[in-house]
Amino acid sequence: MLGLLSTSPSGLEQLWFALITVLWLGYFFLEGFDFGVGTLMPFVSKDDLDRRVVINTIGPVWDGNEVWLLTAGGATFAAFPLWYATVFSGFYLALFVLLAALIFRGMAFEMRHRGDEKWAKWWDQAIFWGSALPALLWGVAFADFVHGVPLLANGQLGGTFFDLVKPYALLGGLSTLSLFTLHGATYLGLKAEGDVRERAQAIASRLAPVTFVIVFAFLGWTYLTAHSRHQTGLVPPLLPIAGVCVLAAVSWLVRERLEGWAFLATGIVIVAFITTLMLNLYPNVLVSSVSTANTLTIVGSASHRYTLEVMSWVALIFTPFVLAYQSWTYWVFKKRVSRPGASSENVATNA
Amino acid sequence: MNTLIGGISTLSLARWQFGITTVFHFLFVPLTIGLGLLVAVLQTAFYKTKDPAYDRMTRFFGKLFLVNFAIGVVTGIVQEFQFGMDWSRYSTFVGNIFGAPLAIEGLLAFFMESTFLGIWIFGRGRVSERVHLASIWLASLGTILSAAFIIAANSWMQHPVGYVIDPLTHQAVMTNFWAVVTNSTFFLAYGHVLFSAFLTGSVFMLAIAAWHLRKGHDFAGFGKAAKIAVVAVVITAVGTMFLGDSQAKQMETQQPMKMAAAEALYNTTNGASFSLLTIGDLSGNPVFQVRVPHILSVLATNTWNGKVQGINELQKEATAKYGAGSYVPVIWVLYWTFRIMVGLGILLFVLGGAGLWLMRKKRLEHSPRFLRFASWMVLAPFIANTTGWIFTEIGRQPWVVYGLLKTSAAVSVIAPGYVATSLIGFTGIYTLLAIVEIGLMVRLAKVPEPVLGETEAQSVPELIY
Ligand code: HDD
Ligand code: HEM
Ligand code: HEM
Repeated sequence: MLGLLSTSPSGLEQLWFALITVLWLGYFFLEGFDFGVGTLMPFVSKDDLDRRVVINTIGPVWDGNEVWLLTAGGATFAAFPLWYATVFSGFYLALFVLLAALIFRGMAFEMRHRGDEKWAKWWDQAIFWGSALPALLWGVAFADFVHGVPLLANGQLGGTFFDLVKPYALLGGLSTLSLFTLHGATYLGLKAEGDVRERAQAIASRLAPVTFVIVFAFLGWTYLTAHSRHQTGLVPPLLPIAGVCVLAAVSWLVRERLEGWAFLATGIVIVAFITTLMLNLYPNVLVSSVSTANTLTIVGSASHRYTLEVMSWVALIFTPFVLAYQSWTYWVFKKRVSRPGASSENVATNA
Repeated sequence: MNTLIGGISTLSLARWQFGITTVFHFLFVPLTIGLGLLVAVLQTAFYKTKDPAYDRMTRFFGKLFLVNFAIGVVTGIVQEFQFGMDWSRYSTFVGNIFGAPLAIEGLLAFFMESTFLGIWIFGRGRVSERVHLASIWLASLGTILSAAFIIAANSWMQHPVGYVIDPLTHQAVMTNFWAVVTNSTFFLAYGHVLFSAFLTGSVFMLAIAAWHLRKGHDFAGFGKAAKIAVVAVVITAVGTMFLGDSQAKQMETQQPMKMAAAEALYNTTNGASFSLLTIGDLSGNPVFQVRVPHILSVLATNTWNGKVQGINELQKEATAKYGAGSYVPVIWVLYWTFRIMVGLGILLFVLGGAGLWLMRKKRLEHSPRFLRFASWMVLAPFIANTTGWIFTEIGRQPWVVYGLLKTSAAVSVIAPGYVATSLIGFTGIYTLLAIVEIGLMVRLAKVPEPVLGETEAQSVPELIY
């Protein structure tokens, strides 16, 4: 297969654009629900034990989920150095806020249970903001990639911070925030036991219609503008429409207590959502709103063949192992999490 | 656009930010690598002997390991992205080569350590004892692997191999992946970093065990931990020194300026002596020096009268090769960081040796002077790690990729205000983290794991986080 791709004029570059898309999909599918769980924590818990139930549903997996981001970042660096360099220096302040949020959130999981209640309260704030802010910022960033930023001829971003937070981008941010929160709610419905599960269900069925409206508006806007601007990218209408349809079914699935299906549905919406954006972006990676000549393309920002070949082999050999043991973790922790005493399933002691 | 009030440039802000965040990350990383392995060893000992003392030690040091791990993770995320944020021209230049190890590190190492650590933390009682034991070994292997890739990336910056420069884009392009991963610089640096990480973990374990032994807590458990640690300190200190010495020899051929600057040796000398310390300035006219004859030549070339090139000659060669400019790094920094690192290495070897001697005399647990000395030495490996990296990285200046790209040409073209914001932000956040982290570690380290009776050893239902 690799041989075939190497002979076509830009096969390897396309393959790596696809692989990076897959990495982002994995990241948003997985970390999407743990962002959602973090955002929902204050709303689904009445006391500290509830909060611990909530956090323990994602406890064993959140760090592994975050590694999808690191791998996406690393792969972008290796396969599309110009894309990596331009985006991360261009979105400087947004990225700083994002990193700060992820720092506090990551620390909070390990810290909050190691002190008194006041101590835990501080870290709970970190969990909430550290989950909600990135959920919002990722949507803003991806919307910006699609609609373009003032990318100058020298590869630097002109304009100001406010060029990055236009209405379209903000709607993108709201979309991911509400979508991830909904995804987190269906996850809690699937993984928690008792009151937390009930509250999460209630929130999911109320949040689903709101999310529907926001995502519908955003994808519609994306679709229409792509066509009106004669964007060369592929925008198959089927994908966003399918996404929106599945989203419409979520309230019903939740009400029928088909929890596994509801979670799968929100996951599918995320996949459809991000894929729509990436296909819209194709064959570019970062659109310049100043001049199309400055737009970064897949081929223009890619590494040389040899690097891509080496990376392809590494990915081909090792990805199956990673997928196997990550899936295995979810299987090991398939039991619902409940308050101590309420069930004998979660017997465990502190490490 | 590129200077702030007072002429502070994006370059200097970015350099400070990189130095601060990376040194901070590397305060915790070696402890993660070293302690991870030791916890795996302790748990294996428990698995084999079923002696509850080993179980207590596994839990006790496991807790410290986890708290430390968390901070390594969150500061690591910053590392992954700041190349693009602050060093975009560098990222564009090296991405073809440097990006690959970074991506492979995520795929091979970070997935492994985070996933199996999740199993280890939450899996107790849920997976079999054997799987639980395997999970800490795999997590430890993950940390060891992650160091490999990042050091491979860094070694390429110290000694670029397996590339050509694309004449059109002026990017470095990989031509031989095998050459990049078998870089001679990489093997020695990786070995030295790994040994120093294990040394860090061992000294940490010894220091804490010693503190508890002095207080009379849990002789059975901490006595065992201390013995394991003493043996580990001796082995890893020898390994660290041996590989460090080999690095010095390699440096003389690959980066002679670093070696010359480390000694503040201005004129090329045969049979050069090594100064233990210098009072006065390092510009070639010291007020007072303690010198050991021939040692620099031995260190750098392995021969008694070997020739060590001086700064003046090297500067002349460099200007002939690369054009006008200064190719001399900040000498006093190199001079002192090198001496601090090597001095602490020798001191830690002495610590291990003394411990071994007391162990043979069966007096290890009852030697208050040794135990107090051991507790204080907890700071030494951290200082040695930090000075070691400052030496390595500052010694490479003005280059960021040796001989290919100068640091001044690597920085992003962005307003200094941005970098100032994130520099202040990260420094503030990291200071806060350090206070929280060290406070918590000290608190946890002071409370020994309770000695449980038969019935109490049953697990109490509890949520982990
Ligand atoms: C516990 C920590 C520790 C200790 C005791 C030592 N080192 Fe070290 N040293 C490091 C931790 C370290 C490090 C932080 O891990 C570095 C930074 C970069 C590297 O490869 O390892 C380093 C770098 C480093 C370098 C620079 C390599 C380069 O720039 O390419 C040399 C020449 C040495 N060391 C030599 C020694 C010698 C001769 C030692 C003892 C006698 C010694 N180190 C003890
Ligand atoms: C963890 C150990 C490391 C530490 C403590 C460290 C620290 C430093 C320091 C102190 C500088 C010099 C700053 C200056 O000259 O003002 C520097 C430069 C640099 N290092 Fe490292 N470094 C480490 C590892 C690495 C690795 C593994 C890489 C690459 C993967 C790297 C990439 C760089 C870059 C790009 C610079 C140039 C920026 C600059 O000069 O400030 N460093 N580093
Ligand atoms: C300057 C370049 C560096 C980069 C880009 C970098 C990147 C990262 C990232 C992204 C993480 C988080 C992983 C997770 O979420 O599990 C991390 C953690 C880690 N890094 Fe670094 N790192 C750097 C320097 C180093 C060096 C020099 C070493 C080893 C010698 C190292 C070893 C580790 C290890 C063992 C971890 C595991 C978590 C922990 O430290 O507690 N890193 N690093």
